[in-house]
Amino acid sequence: MKRRMMNKIKKTLVIGLIVSLSMTGLAACGGGNSGTEAGGSVVTAGSTSVQPLSEELAAVFMDANPGYTVDVQGGGSGQGIKSIQEGIADIGALSRNLKDEEKSSVSKEITIALDGIAVVVNKDTTVKNLTLEQIRQIYTGEINNWKEVGGVDAPITVVSREEGSGTRGAFTEITKVLVKDAAGNETDNTVANALIQPSTGSVKTTVASTPNTIGYVSLGALDDSVKTVKVEGVVPSIENVIDGSYKISRPFIYVVGEKVSETAQLYLDFVLSEEGQAVVVDNGFISVK
Amino acid sequence: MKAYEKTIEKLILISAIVTTVSVALITVFIFKTGMPILLKYGVLDFITGTDWSPTNNIFGIMPLIIGTLAVTLGALIIGVPTGIACAVYLSEIASKKTAGPFKAAIELLAGIPSVVYGFFGLIVLVPAIRNYILPIFQKFNPELNTSGFSILAGAVILAIMILPTIVSLSENAITAVPHEFREASLALGANKRETIMKVIVPAAKSGIFSSVILAMGRAIGETMAVLLITGNVAQMPGSILDPVATLTGTIAMEMSYAGPTHQQALFAIGIILFIIIMLLNILAQAVMKKMGGVN
Repeated sequence: MKRRMMNKIKKTLVIGLIVSLSMTGLAACGGGNSGTEAGGSVVTAGSTSVQPLSEELAAVFMDANPGYTVDVQGGGSGQGIKSIQEGIADIGALSRNLKDEEKSSVSKEITIALDGIAVVVNKDTTVKNLTLEQIRQIYTGEINNWKEVGGVDAPITVVSREEGSGTRGAFTEITKVLVKDAAGNETDNTVANALIQPSTGSVKTTVASTPNTIGYVSLGALDDSVKTVKVEGVVPSIENVIDGSYKISRPFIYVVGEKVSETAQLYLDFVLSEEGQAVVVDNGFISVK
Repeated sequence: MKAYEKTIEKLILISAIVTTVSVALITVFIFKTGMPILLKYGVLDFITGTDWSPTNNIFGIMPLIIGTLAVTLGALIIGVPTGIACAVYLSEIASKKTAGPFKAAIELLAGIPSVVYGFFGLIVLVPAIRNYILPIFQKFNPELNTSGFSILAGAVILAIMILPTIVSLSENAITAVPHEFREASLALGANKRETIMKVIVPAAKSGIFSSVILAMGRAIGETMAVLLITGNVAQMPGSILDPVATLTGTIAMEMSYAGPTHQQALFAIGIILFIIIMLLNILAQAVMKKMGGVN
């Protein structure tokens, strides 16, 4: 009697297992094809720095407007311009100002958010102010001791982000660590022995725990584990980024070509609305309103 | 009952197929994505190039290979003797009662997530190297300087991480040595030390060796812990206090933002890593066959 019971229990277990396995299988297959009703779709492409913000904005937009889809693609700021030229995307995303030669292919540019990059140092560092030129020299290795910029006699440990990071891209571009030759080829001259950390958080931890370090993080991610330095005498703050006096900042820009579809316009209106800008602030960026 | 067993058999077969197909798919995928750039850039240039600067379209992974090998070798130098000694102690010297807590602790070590090891290294080991190890090195070479992010930090953390593998597998191998060996050795007048060193460990060598190979595989593949503490600087290291970047760390770190060519290059690193691990496995099997190991 007892054995039979056990067998029954075993059988039930096995059947249960099979059922649950096939259910997960089905669920995995079913995810892709949710039917879309009337509405439309928008494709944005471009800067990978803007991409996470665009994805958040798109998610909130799609929640609020069932039937509409926003497809967020990356590719880089340059790709953003190219995509609207070629009509692959409705909206191009850039994490830098438009270049002169790009202006002709853009009919309208909309700044959707601002981002400041703060230069941070270890708490024991006595240096309080750096010029853009000094920052460039530190990051290219021309200056490698704090005494050369008014600090104590100690070697500087440079902390940077990984290759391809949007923050690194913007930082090196603004501080001219990234140089461009006549042919338009860019060379990143970051000093070879810079410690590389893969995220804003680990840059902060490294700078906080290692004496004589210098690093840079997005303004939205600052906390008191590290000390900020003034850049050209200006404190990194939201106000100073908005009025343009703090130099290491970048706009997040959406650009559109001649023709703007109704859906694209709806999405752009949403991004600039109070609700859209709330998403911007939630993600640690600075609202343009 | 027959149908029931048939179903189970089929299910097991499906599991086996899924495993094999996964391996095949992953291999095909890695090669398909990484091969174009490897061929375009030149396999030899890719492997022997000493400059890794993907945003400047320079892909030389020699510093990464050196970084991986240096950290792994360091981990083995620290971890293998410690691990084998620990295994000998647990199986030959300690009583069952004393060995219990040790074994439990070592098993616990295997269950700690690697990012926790990394964080421990970042908070404890990196400052310790900067504050205590560096002065020792400076006695010999006053020029030397380090932030603490270094080969040494990676090697120590990896050594701790591979200990459970070495200890438990070696211990199994040592325990599996027939009791007659010990008795015979002691009967011939050998003392305990001689018995362990000259009879038991040599008899268990193939098991011990395979534990080392598995440990090495783990050390090469480890990503997160190493990423946090080696500094990720893609340059040729001059000393064990210099920071390095590893193959796996570079892939993990740069994948998220990489542009198309850069991404292909990361997959090409994957190919190289794949080949290195395959070679190691083949080598290990060959050596084990030569040793005439049974287990």
